[in-house]
Amino acid sequence: MDLSTTYLGLPLKNPVMPGASPLVDKLDNVRLLEDAGAAAIVMHSLFEEQITSQQLAEFAHTEFSADSSSEAGSYFPRMEDYALGPDRYLEHISKIKEVVDIPVIGSLNGTSIGGWTDHAKLIQQAGADALELNVYYVATDPNETGMEVQMRTFNILEEVKKSVTIPIALKLSPYYSSPGNFAKSLDSRGAAGLVMFNRFYQPDIDIEELEATHRLDLSNSTELRQRLRWIAIVHGHIKADIALSGGVHSHEDIIKGIMVGATTVQVVSALLKHGPGHLATMIQSFERWMEAHEYESVDQMRGSMSLGHCPDPSVYERANYLKILNLWKV
Amino acid sequence: MGTLDANEAVASVAYRMNEFFAIYPITPSSPMAEFADEWSAAGRPNLWGAVPSVLEMQSEGGAAGALHGALMAGSLSASFTASQGLLLMVPNMFKIAGELMPFCLHVTARAVATHALSIFGDHSDVMACRQTGFAMLAGGSVQEAMDTAVISQMATLRSRVPFLHFFDGFRTSHEVSKISLISDEVLHALIDDDCVHAVRDRSLTPDKPVIRGTAQNPDAFFQAREGCNSYYDALPGIVREAMAAFAAQTGRTYLPFDYEGAPDADRVIVIMGSGAEAAGETVGWLNDNGEKVGVIKVRLYRPFSVEDFAAVLPKTVKSIAVLDRTKEPGAIGEPLFLDVVAALRTAESRGLLKDSHLIRVTGGRYGLGSKEFNPAMVKAIFDELAKPDPKPEFTIGINDDVTGLSLDYDPDFEVVPAGMKQAIFFGLGSDGTVGANKNSIKIIGEDTDNYAQGYFVYDSKKAGAMTVSHLRFGPQPIRSTYLIRRAEFVACHRFDLLHQINILDYVKPGGIFLLNSPGDPHEAWDRLTRDLQEQIIAKDLSFYAIDASTVARNCGMAGRINTIMQTCYFAISGVLPKDEAIAAIKYAIKKTYGKRGDAVVQRNYEAVDRTLENLVKLDYAKTADSNILLAPLVPDNAPDFVKRITAMMIAGKGDLLPVSAFPVDGTWPTGTTQWEKRNIAEEIPVWETDLCIQCNKCALVCPHAAIRPKVYTPDLLADAPATFKSTAFKVRDYPGMLYSLQIAPEDCTGCLVCVNVCPAKDKSNPSRKAINMAPQLPLREAERENYEFFLKLPDPDRAMLKDDVKTSQFMRPLFEYSGACAGCGETPYVKLLTQLFGDRLLIANATGCSSIYGGNLPTTPYTTDPCGRGPAWANSLFEDNAEFGLGFRASLDQTRTYANVLLQGQGKLVGDDLISSILTADQSSEAGINAQRERVAALRQTLTGQTSKEALALAQIADYLVDKSVWIVGGDGWAYDIGFGGLDHVIASGRNVNILVLDTEVYSNTGGQQSKATPLGAVAKFSMAGKALAKKDLGLIATTYGTVYVARVAFGAKDAHTVTALREAESYDGPSLVIAYSHCVAHGYSLSQGVEQQKRAVACGYWPLFRFDPRRTAAGENPMKLDSAAPKASLAEFTRNETRFQMLERINPERSAMLQQMAAASVKERFAIYQQLAAASEPASPSTTDSNTPTA
Repeated sequence: MDLSTTYLGLPLKNPVMPGASPLVDKLDNVRLLEDAGAAAIVMHSLFEEQITSQQLAEFAHTEFSADSSSEAGSYFPRMEDYALGPDRYLEHISKIKEVVDIPVIGSLNGTSIGGWTDHAKLIQQAGADALELNVYYVATDPNETGMEVQMRTFNILEEVKKSVTIPIALKLSPYYSSPGNFAKSLDSRGAAGLVMFNRFYQPDIDIEELEATHRLDLSNSTELRQRLRWIAIVHGHIKADIALSGGVHSHEDIIKGIMVGATTVQVVSALLKHGPGHLATMIQSFERWMEAHEYESVDQMRGSMSLGHCPDPSVYERANYLKILNLWKV
Repeated sequence: MGTLDANEAVASVAYRMNEFFAIYPITPSSPMAEFADEWSAAGRPNLWGAVPSVLEMQSEGGAAGALHGALMAGSLSASFTASQGLLLMVPNMFKIAGELMPFCLHVTARAVATHALSIFGDHSDVMACRQTGFAMLAGGSVQEAMDTAVISQMATLRSRVPFLHFFDGFRTSHEVSKISLISDEVLHALIDDDCVHAVRDRSLTPDKPVIRGTAQNPDAFFQAREGCNSYYDALPGIVREAMAAFAAQTGRTYLPFDYEGAPDADRVIVIMGSGAEAAGETVGWLNDNGEKVGVIKVRLYRPFSVEDFAAVLPKTVKSIAVLDRTKEPGAIGEPLFLDVVAALRTAESRGLLKDSHLIRVTGGRYGLGSKEFNPAMVKAIFDELAKPDPKPEFTIGINDDVTGLSLDYDPDFEVVPAGMKQAIFFGLGSDGTVGANKNSIKIIGEDTDNYAQGYFVYDSKKAGAMTVSHLRFGPQPIRSTYLIRRAEFVACHRFDLLHQINILDYVKPGGIFLLNSPGDPHEAWDRLTRDLQEQIIAKDLSFYAIDASTVARNCGMAGRINTIMQTCYFAISGVLPKDEAIAAIKYAIKKTYGKRGDAVVQRNYEAVDRTLENLVKLDYAKTADSNILLAPLVPDNAPDFVKRITAMMIAGKGDLLPVSAFPVDGTWPTGTTQWEKRNIAEEIPVWETDLCIQCNKCALVCPHAAIRPKVYTPDLLADAPATFKSTAFKVRDYPGMLYSLQIAPEDCTGCLVCVNVCPAKDKSNPSRKAINMAPQLPLREAERENYEFFLKLPDPDRAMLKDDVKTSQFMRPLFEYSGACAGCGETPYVKLLTQLFGDRLLIANATGCSSIYGGNLPTTPYTTDPCGRGPAWANSLFEDNAEFGLGFRASLDQTRTYANVLLQGQGKLVGDDLISSILTADQSSEAGINAQRERVAALRQTLTGQTSKEALALAQIADYLVDKSVWIVGGDGWAYDIGFGGLDHVIASGRNVNILVLDTEVYSNTGGQQSKATPLGAVAKFSMAGKALAKKDLGLIATTYGTVYVARVAFGAKDAHTVTALREAESYDGPSLVIAYSHCVAHGYSLSQGVEQQKRAVACGYWPLFRFDPRRTAAGENPMKLDSAAPKASLAEFTRNETRFQMLERINPERSAMLQQMAAASVKERFAIYQQLAAASEPASPSTTDSNTPTA
């Protein structure tokens, strides 16, 4: 049984890895994940915006009150060893690299071209084997066109590619007019991989306080279907590797992901719910299923249910939509 | 070379030459202790390779005790203090000196509080230590302060006599100057290791046991006391040798007395401290202009070496003026004067001088409380000495029109050394002006060959504080230890300051004036008042303008204009070539803010880059054409005192007020903040009548009483201004009444707390609330008129109001427009106190933030009601406040008892019914108080015209028959630390006093040092690694007496609880303690979110709300009521919003996680204790508690 695969040019022992999440914040968890069979470690995202706003906020909270009074030149001690930038994140990559033998993939969400490229360089210097660009972006400006949004991503890819030598994957949202075309364009611009898809923080509304609230619920297997459809559609049209992300909760979900064409499958919510050790259960079940069904390798399975190979490709197309609607007819 | 202030310079050498520091924060010495603590925390070693330890104590008295112990046990120890702190050390100083322990105490000499507190510099503190046996060595400049610190250490080790090393508070301690630094190698060469070993050899150890601190009887004490004489006799020689050794290493020479001036001078000034530098500078100028004068700078003041003094005194001297920076009322003269007089006679008797009786010696006082001492004053003193009959006793720097002691001087006389450049910058604290100027000084000092000096003056407000930066640089070392009178370059960083003080008065003719002018800078000229235009024309100034606020906003740095104005300065002044200057500014930005993150650095870089394109040089008309006239600083209807005195102080002209203008005993009128309209808010709240639900929460949380509600009858609107808003009062019991919510536009600080607490939202557009912020300037005029009208509307009858939050806000606040920080978490409690009990309130206020915003001149916030009654407020000290307030109660009770006796003796005149009703009156409610006031008024009426001693005495004290409410107010530094012993005694006294602890969990006023109220896991000064111990539970401790009413409140979490607790505390006839959660700038988040953060503090169980009422015990109930629910949020939801907790996460995430875990466990444990206490079903039996229940 050959579970091995190659993702972003990195040889992996199997196609399953924890996705970007706070799981890797603790080194102990990282060790547990490796022991559980993780093929690679994907770091949680370094958010440039968060760093920037945190820096500016702390600057305002500490500096604006300084040098205002005869008696208090400041209200906080001067710190020699004060890290308010990406340092901790970068240190953490290095520490993870020290404790595990599997590849480590950095993850980055920038807001400015400078932020993307500078931090990408730093992540590479810290020892990351590859970089996932988390192009999480909500187009709130109604004057911004879809093309402009796409161009923004192309520019980011182009600039980051110039600044680092490690392979780059892009973590996408499903909300493009033509995700397939977009994926193809990214592929042609040199993306080594596409992670499909990001999960958005969805706003909620407090109807008593008339306030928007935000929360992030853990995913469930129903979210998998959107990924399956688009990976199935894209598979075969691009050279870039595809990582499925979102809604993977069982070994069956892994199998489905591989079957529609994913090179690798990322798991987050299931591990947050059941702990890092759950990854071992999923991988072992996946392996057992393959054995039971006499698959020889992951490669053999990959893409078998993609749009190009699927016995009934219409389910991925409009027919599927009509069919579902009919099911709900009363 | 380095560019730093004396606090840092002295700390840097003291730290390296010692092993142990016991410290306590006090202005202006705190930075020295902070530096030592920071270096210790960073693991920086001393000369011998060990990292010194720094221990914060509960008071300076405690620090002195710890130091004495450490010295006894053989450690090289040192400390830093000033003023009252030094006085608290005096008992131990006698001991340390009596036991001949080498030790250096570094003192930033500061005024001791007398008629008033002063945080500023003079020698009254060090002069109070003359008798302790400490040697005293003074430094007069930043360089000298560092050098004399080293010489003190050398000499104390060799002589065994402890040293009080001092330099002037603020003028020297806070002056930034380019000086020569002292390397470890030099210090090693100067410190005699044999002396260090000797210290250890003398240590108290069971390996060589001895006994010290014996009690001696009359047979032994005197002789033994005389045993130290030879050590003092040898000391001047040891100091001379140390000075010589120091000179050999550094090239800087000192003597116990240094003389500067003409060798054949006929007139000499004797002086010590920073004034000696100004005197020396002036002496040089006078001698260059044909005079023969000199100055003796006193370095070693104790022991006073007559030989050394006589050695430097010119033989030609005919008259001497001895200048003391202290006052000893009733003495023949001040201490240095008396020493010099005695020294002359002694010198003659020892054959060192001849005809000393022919030398005329006069004594002068100068510079008290950092009063200016400059060349004009020095010249006036020499001029006086030249007179045939000079004043034998004088003052200089003030106008004493009462006793006529002051000398006149020419304020325009200046001594500006050749090549020296001067600049003054008027800015705001929050805009970063001071920080940028500190960087400018460093740039000039370190990137050019120039010497540089910076000195910074702050006003007494915390919100919207004005700062004035004085910068000098030039080719020679700068000795000008005084403010710049007129500069070539003056910048005004906030336009409104132009209307407060005459900034252009500080510009030299032909000089440069740079203005931060809102709007198009090309139109800046048109926005000036006619008076300012006339001054610019008359002085032929180069006038530059920039809209720095907009440039800053566009760079994402709203409100932070410092680097922009700094760039303008360098660009205009040409101190450095433009490109070099910009590179240097950017380097300084990187160095200063690099640790704050790249985003901060980049925003500042961007501000620098965008500056020059926005800077405009204006060609102005040759005649003033403005129609804008300067409005008077205080309105015409202000009281005479305010117009004559206060207005001058507001205008920055307080120095010009004569002695006669001031109250002689520190007694000032209240209610003066109302006359100082500061207009510091860029945006103010605007009320939407249609949305308001009239909850009055905005008024409750307003720290400055700048938003107020009122209810009134419609007829009163007849003369209302056109824009005055009102709406129907939405309470059924008041049909037909109107309600208004009014902003005080010129007093609001724009803190946003009211807007954030407002619960009323527009259902169609929830971003619109019942109050929303809008730019102040367009609203100012109309709202000023509205507010004046609003204030004239009558207050409701207090007796008719209910006891809830909403109605509490219809009571007039008698604490308004204080100088507290925008969004302050303390002042809403103080304001509420005055609303509930203000007309009968006495406040004893501990020194700290609340005494500064409560009592710092020029204007103070406690005010009166329309009847003229209001809080009577006083501050004694930091450490004694509980006792001070208990004294109020004791005196009130005593006077009341006497009034009762007198009243009972007036039966025939007054009538038994009235006497009985007065003596038995129930005054527990507003109605009861009012009724008693009416009875007392009737009594007074009866007493009118009576001439018996008893009747007259009763008339004088009849008002004491009306209950008074005594509140003892202070912060956690006072209540938990320095004043805890007194507080404990006071609550154990059983007397009817109320204590309000404004708990910010840190020493806020002195800049965020940890107290025992600081929570576990928080970073504070002296707790850089995060506090590892839990906060002291003061409330729980107090409950153990069983007889103390105790409440823990947080107005942001449960305002009704706060109101109830204050009322219950006041009504309890015994001691009460209310501990009030007070958010603070030292917590490190936007205080606009203070109310929300208080909610989180309570919701996570961090700040449980409770009331412990001994009256319930007496009623057979459980006295403890837990008023907040079990924690339903995690501690992290509270701590993650505050920099004080988050800092540790950045520095040491592992320790942060560990402490947060401990903190979460501690919160749970404590809450469980409260739950247990509140759930206890078997309260103590009433019979037991009855005997303990205090009665007044």
